[in-house]
Amino acid sequence: MKNSVGIVTPQTLHVRQPLQMVSGSVLPEYDLVYETYGQLNSQKTNAILICHALSGSHHVAGYYEIDGVQSKEAGWWNDYIGPGKPIDTDEFFVVCSNNLGGCNGSTGPASINPETGKVFGPDFPIVTVEDWVNSQNELRQHLGIKQWAAAIGGSMGGMQVLQWSIAYPDAVKHALVIAAAPKLSAQNIAFNEVARRAIMTDPDFHNGRFIEMGTTPKRGLALARMLGHLTYLSDDMMGAKFGRELREGKLSYSFDVEFQVESYLRYQGEKFATKRNFDANTYLLMTKALDYFDPASHFDNNLSAALAHAKAEFLVVSFTTDWRFAPERSHEIVKALLDNDARVSYAEVESEHGHDAFLLPNAHYEGIFRAYMKRVIQHVHSQEVAAP
Amino acid sequence: MTTPIRPEFELIADWIQPNSHVLDLGCGDGKLLTYLRDHSNVSGYGMEIDPIKNIKALEAGVNVIQSDLNSHDICDYFDKDSFDYVIMTQALQVVSRPDILLDDMLAVGKQCIITFPNFGHWRMRLQLLWNGRMPETDTLPYHWYDTPNIHMCTFNDFEDLCAAKNIEVVDRTVVNSNHQTTLGMKLLPNWLGEVALYKVQRKI
Repeated sequence: MKNSVGIVTPQTLHVRQPLQMVSGSVLPEYDLVYETYGQLNSQKTNAILICHALSGSHHVAGYYEIDGVQSKEAGWWNDYIGPGKPIDTDEFFVVCSNNLGGCNGSTGPASINPETGKVFGPDFPIVTVEDWVNSQNELRQHLGIKQWAAAIGGSMGGMQVLQWSIAYPDAVKHALVIAAAPKLSAQNIAFNEVARRAIMTDPDFHNGRFIEMGTTPKRGLALARMLGHLTYLSDDMMGAKFGRELREGKLSYSFDVEFQVESYLRYQGEKFATKRNFDANTYLLMTKALDYFDPASHFDNNLSAALAHAKAEFLVVSFTTDWRFAPERSHEIVKALLDNDARVSYAEVESEHGHDAFLLPNAHYEGIFRAYMKRVIQHVHSQEVAAP
Repeated sequence: MTTPIRPEFELIADWIQPNSHVLDLGCGDGKLLTYLRDHSNVSGYGMEIDPIKNIKALEAGVNVIQSDLNSHDICDYFDKDSFDYVIMTQALQVVSRPDILLDDMLAVGKQCIITFPNFGHWRMRLQLLWNGRMPETDTLPYHWYDTPNIHMCTFNDFEDLCAAKNIEVVDRTVVNSNHQTTLGMKLLPNWLGEVALYKVQRKI
């Protein structure tokens, strides 16, 4: 519990304002589930927004209490959020919401469609990164926050942070874009498509109506997760961790699990499909949202033009062995920001952990994160002095 | 490679118009940029490869881009004439191709300010002449085998390179290791000067 935000409880914001979505659909009303850590100061200037990645949720730090017992697993960014940690909850009021279309409480495919009284399932409208940011902006207004002291996110979360800086330039003071890309490459989209096909071709998928049918497309989900997991790791890291090590010590010349890495991947897939109980339709929606994201497309494919009105100060971070969102992809973001004379810093962190590195402890990453967040703290404090 | 000390900052600041836009290559802990920001209201970026120094530069409030000067990515990041000045203190001698880097610097900056230690200083010449060994001095405190300084040159060498590349030397100050200048240094810079500050630009 040391340096932990401790036991946390999610809250729900019910938005009655209809959400006009990019796809053309309208959500008449919806729930956003979110968690907060730390205290909002009297001037409401110390709020940090965390945007979550594909399989993440609003549970970003701390523990839940289930039947009076503290849960074993902490929030997904517990290493970096808490008292004295880089995102210091003694200084900041940290907010993270579950993305719309998610499966952890916010309105999504597993929710009841008020119009039909049945589960949305495949009828849940296609969501985009823009829709997420617009819905998070409702949460910002609900909390009475004028400007996030910082919006922070890794991977898909980094894309949301970029979108925040474009769509609401006055509402973000600092933008931390970590292990992200300004749009997916053809290869990224291809991986997503294979993951989706794995889910959609599972006989238990029932065209997305698996909840009504009382089934779960576990095999498809597990395959999707195995593929995803594979792309998040680096070859070096897998080599170091598993090599060609055999499970039984000798080859059996069969299609059973023989290599340790096979066993590991199957375990990860199973865990995701069964224990996490991740909604298959949510997986489809989130990967699609990633595929669609391309802010430059509205500006003649010019990312610099897309970021021209951003007012935030930026920290961009990449990881050397991340081949899903390689450092070159972060360079594109940095270059576009430099074209606009934006205040931007960039760090390329040495890590063997591939894309997953953004979630893991690392001295250089932590140092950069901490140094930058000190700057954010200074800014918050300078506002306090400036206030009448 | 020695860390630039404060007097060098003052000399550089003297050469810089207030409110300029500056790129500092090999910015280290960002002290020069913070000095220029505080004294001349300069804006801009630092570039630095060392992770520890990157963190220090960030702490100093500098916008720092982690970059390897040998990768020649300056021109990928910045367009032509993006900066009023591109500064590089005590780093020319550590890069793999100082001549190409000089081209990169003059592409993205209107003027460049470069400082480097002089291998033509009398102490260097004497150590090599009398001892027959690679010189080790306060300015260059390394053995020949562990030195990061792989491209040592003299002031004359540098000026020859500038002439060959059609680069104009706009200004030059020659100082000792304490960043002081004497009459002797003015008369015999390549013998008596330990460190030189050059301001150069493309010949029109």
